[in-house]
Amino acid sequence: MINTPEQTAQRVSAGLKRRYAQEFRFKLYGFLAVAFGLGFVVFLFSTIIGKSLGAFHQTEVNLTITYNADVLDPDGTHDRAALQDADYRLLLKDSLKELFPEVTDRAAVHKLLGLVSEQAEVDLRNRLLSHPELLGKSENIWFMADGRVDSFLKNEIDMSLPADERGFDDDEVGFVQQLQKMNRVRRVFNTRFFTAGDSRQPEEAGILGALRGSLLTLLVTLLLAFPLGVGAAVYLEEFAPRNRFTDLIEVNINNLAAVPSIVFGLLGLAVFIQMFGLPRSSPLVGGLVLSLMTLPTIIIASRSALKAVPPSIRQAALGVGASPVQTIAHHVLPLALPGMLTGAIIGMSRALGESAPLLMIGMVAFVADMPSELTAPATALPVQVYLWASSPEHAFVAKTSAAILVLLGFLLVMNLAAVIFRNRFESRW
Amino acid sequence: MSSLEHDSSVTAPTVGEVHVPDPIIQANDVNVYYGAKHAIHHVTLDIGSNSVIALIGPSGCGKSTFLRCINRMNDTVQGARMSGTILLEGNDIYSKNTDVVQLRARVGMVFQKPNPFPKSIYENVAYGPRIHGLASSRPDLDEIVHRSLQKAGLWEEVKDRLDQPGTGLSGGQQQRLCIARAIAVDPEVILMDEPCSALDPIATARVEDLIDELRENYTIVIVTHSMQQAARVSQRTAYFHLGDLIEVGPTNKIFTNPQHRLTEDYISGRFG
Repeated sequence: MINTPEQTAQRVSAGLKRRYAQEFRFKLYGFLAVAFGLGFVVFLFSTIIGKSLGAFHQTEVNLTITYNADVLDPDGTHDRAALQDADYRLLLKDSLKELFPEVTDRAAVHKLLGLVSEQAEVDLRNRLLSHPELLGKSENIWFMADGRVDSFLKNEIDMSLPADERGFDDDEVGFVQQLQKMNRVRRVFNTRFFTAGDSRQPEEAGILGALRGSLLTLLVTLLLAFPLGVGAAVYLEEFAPRNRFTDLIEVNINNLAAVPSIVFGLLGLAVFIQMFGLPRSSPLVGGLVLSLMTLPTIIIASRSALKAVPPSIRQAALGVGASPVQTIAHHVLPLALPGMLTGAIIGMSRALGESAPLLMIGMVAFVADMPSELTAPATALPVQVYLWASSPEHAFVAKTSAAILVLLGFLLVMNLAAVIFRNRFESRW
Repeated sequence: MSSLEHDSSVTAPTVGEVHVPDPIIQANDVNVYYGAKHAIHHVTLDIGSNSVIALIGPSGCGKSTFLRCINRMNDTVQGARMSGTILLEGNDIYSKNTDVVQLRARVGMVFQKPNPFPKSIYENVAYGPRIHGLASSRPDLDEIVHRSLQKAGLWEEVKDRLDQPGTGLSGGQQQRLCIARAIAVDPEVILMDEPCSALDPIATARVEDLIDELRENYTIVIVTHSMQQAARVSQRTAYFHLGDLIEVGPTNKIFTNPQHRLTEDYISGRFG
């Protein structure tokens, strides 16, 4: 039963159409999958960026402040301590009363004062303490507006709601509109967001505290997990004998990589905080926990990078009389390092985005101070996102998106650094 | 086919003269096992100094395994065991007192596939002398690199680009670079494991010429699949078959007048 050449050609061409259709369908599925994924990425980013825009601008209100000596320094001592404890709220109140002479009702005055951020008092005190000569004089100052004013002017408050439900009633709307008419309202770039720590007041809250917390935590993670991971991988891959015990270790490392991260958090709580008494909420403990979580990833990636080094290179080095350690240090490690770095970056990126284990060790606490050392209380970027996302104030919606953007930016910088580092290293060979 | 009936558990005595008057290497009753597999059986063979000996035989006959015993490269293979003795100038290389690093400095190796380090040409050659501390100064090292490349017949081709990566050379040049790397540590013996199998005929001819020149200063043990090559470059030839050393003798005698039927079958191309 052998086909004639004509029959063969006929049979092949009969099936060709179906084969091409199959190929086309296969390509189409792939293309659709990629397009679907890309669509979601675009959607995600446009939502985040769109929502975060508000956070990068802050409304300010201009007030004419008179540094009334009778209010600030009734005894005329010019004493620094007296100026420190003076009632700056009264200055704000006086200045607002001057702008709105028709408002006399106590409750209404209170609402007026609520238009300006609580930070205004602090700013005023600092200004006068650094310029005591201003006492008795007056000047125009831009103050941060309250978060609700900011949200209202950015159309983030649903005005169709009844006045008592939207948290910004008609009186307040009227005051703001009057201020706008007086040209006493402006919107500026929000530098405070990048220079301040967390705050209960949305207009005062900044990302720098969480950013530094993440930085310190990741520093600990990198310094611990990378050398340990590479060391473990080199030992297991190059020196350890193959027996039941090392097989067991290998299986366990692979299993550890799949352990839910919150379990590492519990472990950190039990071991580092309870047993060793390290301070809770600290980047040190956070870094330790994230190292535990990252180690398996780094070990597995490093081992496969070592496996990928051609055996001929090892043989060449051994053949000229290099000792095993020299062979690894001079030839194998340099070739495997780019792959190890990639693994480390994957692990570090995961660690950066991790919040669950940090919750367990107390890095979820409200920390307004800027962490400056490894044992100081701190929070991390993803935890900050979580904290802000669960805050009731409207202005925190934009802050949450902005914090996500900062987190993504951090990630991008980290990956970029790894790529540059890797390329520089590779070009040396 | 008689060759298929050959039983590997029965060890045939080697035909021909296994001993030479001025041996540099004396292998005595060498057995190698890879796990349960008995790879070479009771091989006894002397290798004379300043000569080329070719190890030939069909694939899987143990010739490469025997070669790799001489610089203990088999130590790196998981599950490999060895019994018997191999003496290098009278000292057992498998004794506890022998340092493997030192042994490999005295017994260099060139592999089947050219395997230069992914470094510069200069670094490739300088690596061995550097780790063994053979050069006391940079000019010394330059001199060693120069001499080794010259001996390997590569100097004229690469003298202007010593800082270029060794992996950028052609296959034949790479193999000569590997030979230069091996002779840079000034070994007494050079082991070559099918050094020309990945090269074209012109590059092969160059390497063969080189082997002939190197014979003046070095002892060379070469494993080859090409009988013409064995005939061209070697003074003695050893024929391995399924782990047995079947026949040893002067090359011209092996190729013109083999004593053992297996040798005759192999060199006349009846199997292999």
